[in-house]
Amino acid sequence: MSSPEESTTLAKPRSLAADAWYDLRRSPIFWIASIIVVALVGIAAFPGLFTSADPKACSLDFRFAGPGPEAPFGYDVQGCNVYARTMYGARSSIEVGLFATLMAGTIAFALGMAAGFYGRWIDTLLSRSLDVIASIPLLLAAIVLLKRLSATGGSTGVWSVAFTLGVLGWPVAARVVRSSVISAKQQDYVQAARMLGAGNGRIMLRHILPNAMAPAIVVLTIMLGTVIATEATLSFLGIGLQPPAISWGGSINDNSAYVRTAAGPLLWPAGFLAVTVLAFIMLGDAIRDAFDPRMR
Amino acid sequence: MTDIQIQLDRVADDAHLLDVRDLFIEFHTRDGIAKVINGVSYHLDAGEALAVLGESGSGKSVTAQAIMGILDIPPGKIVSGQICYNGRDLLSLPEKERRQVRGKEIAMVFQDALSALNPVFPVGWQISETLRHREGVARADALRRAVELMELVRIPAAKQRLRDYPHEFSGGMRQRVMIAMSLALSPKILIADEPTTALDVTVQAQVMDLLAELRRELHMAMILITHDLGVVADVADRIAVMYAGRIVEHADVHDLYAVQGHPYTKGLIDSIPRLDHKGQELATIQGLPPSLMDIPRGCPFHPRCPYRKDPICSTQVPTDQRLASGTRTSRCHFAKEVLDGTAA
Repeated sequence: MSSPEESTTLAKPRSLAADAWYDLRRSPIFWIASIIVVALVGIAAFPGLFTSADPKACSLDFRFAGPGPEAPFGYDVQGCNVYARTMYGARSSIEVGLFATLMAGTIAFALGMAAGFYGRWIDTLLSRSLDVIASIPLLLAAIVLLKRLSATGGSTGVWSVAFTLGVLGWPVAARVVRSSVISAKQQDYVQAARMLGAGNGRIMLRHILPNAMAPAIVVLTIMLGTVIATEATLSFLGIGLQPPAISWGGSINDNSAYVRTAAGPLLWPAGFLAVTVLAFIMLGDAIRDAFDPRMR
Repeated sequence: MTDIQIQLDRVADDAHLLDVRDLFIEFHTRDGIAKVINGVSYHLDAGEALAVLGESGSGKSVTAQAIMGILDIPPGKIVSGQICYNGRDLLSLPEKERRQVRGKEIAMVFQDALSALNPVFPVGWQISETLRHREGVARADALRRAVELMELVRIPAAKQRLRDYPHEFSGGMRQRVMIAMSLALSPKILIADEPTTALDVTVQAQVMDLLAELRRELHMAMILITHDLGVVADVADRIAVMYAGRIVEHADVHDLYAVQGHPYTKGLIDSIPRLDHKGQELATIQGLPPSLMDIPRGCPFHPRCPYRKDPICSTQVPTDQRLASGTRTSRCHFAKEVLDGTAA
């Protein structure tokens, strides 16, 4: 029997996650990105804490008016408070970005893993349906889907936009997952795990997934940025989030025509969008590096 | 299955721990069918060590993969034959029961430990994982057991190294980790598939010594697959020499080194460089191993054989010739002559 001293000196198991966390804590990029993301999520969750102004109280009297105490970013073409609208717009933009990416990621990992691991007819079937979905022009498909969703009673709110972008956005990530699963599957350690009696589920989750995750995480973080931008395009075409909903994409579109008259109302939400996308990409990058012990 | 049936099976089986019988394996490729294994039979008793010797493509690793059940099917196809473990034919077991045999009854050490260890997990985790999920051992106990296993394979400072990743180990230490991992469930048979090929010469000797010691300490049976005649002499009891998917000669280690009963084995032994033959040209076997898509008619070795006698060698496939001492066999029409040194 081992003495208590012995069990305390026995090295604590380093799990992949614990090691990754150990690494992340030492990465300045991770901290910068996390602080930005946390701040943005805070803004998205409680915009009222950051501004007392009403983003919907617009008056043409203030059209393109300069910054004031209530409106540090000035006023836009409709005389709305740009600061207030930027704070309140964070929520829908981040929600759309996160949910669409999570959804695309889930589908991509499930189907990409199945296609890559089982191969043969499952792979053919999944890969070809993936090609079909990837070949549909995004905007065309989004128009059809969102029209359909709003026609069946749902409004074109955050959820339907996120759903649409998630459903249409997964093929790229799924392809990446599939190819990295195929290359991980052929590694000897998968054979070794099978040799020790591991079943398919264990092999997929424990041995293939951690080794095949990195490229897909990068693709998904980049996707998160493009989703937020695409949401803006959809709003511009009149099928995304519609007024009175407030989003960065909407604000960018409303003010893009007046960039020569007043750049502020365009640049502030665009700047927030850029910083958000950058923060998520940096976060994804740091996480990917931390989960790969060979990068240490 | 009833007890009586099991007993009958065992009796029929001659009570060998592992019995590979008349195994035929093909690979279906774009270019045609490669006949990789053409009637391989060998057996292994508890605690015994068998070396399977042959050059690349002779089918030694494929046989091992078939025993483990990790052969890729397709393109591989087991055409016929039996692999009996304790009297049960593994090839006819459902996958679920097959999985129970893997690791616990028969385990395998791979050639290249760096690629056989999962790069994203510390070695302690990998060794203990099998214990946790197969035996339901609690995490802390499994790790303690992992330390014991690492000490068993003589990894210095095992406790500290538990948390290191495979790439932080040297080649020899990695192979030890691989061995520790395969020993986790105390298998009855350990298949070592060219365990020293990826290592440099001094480390090779250490790993072979370790395997020999482990076999004695744990009373394990061992199948040692190698193309290196030098490494098997001290470890194995018997040697099976493979050529073109067949076992061409099978003998006790010391008998085989002393005198060979098959021209191929003779060629192999003669081609070992020797210090006392300094300055002489190295002996070689002429020609190349046959393509498995197109194995020569008759004896597959006849185009390269210095003793060939036409037409018999190029038309008739030789069968196993039983040679004087007990279990010794050779697949050569002139086995006795080759053994006695009277073949021309």
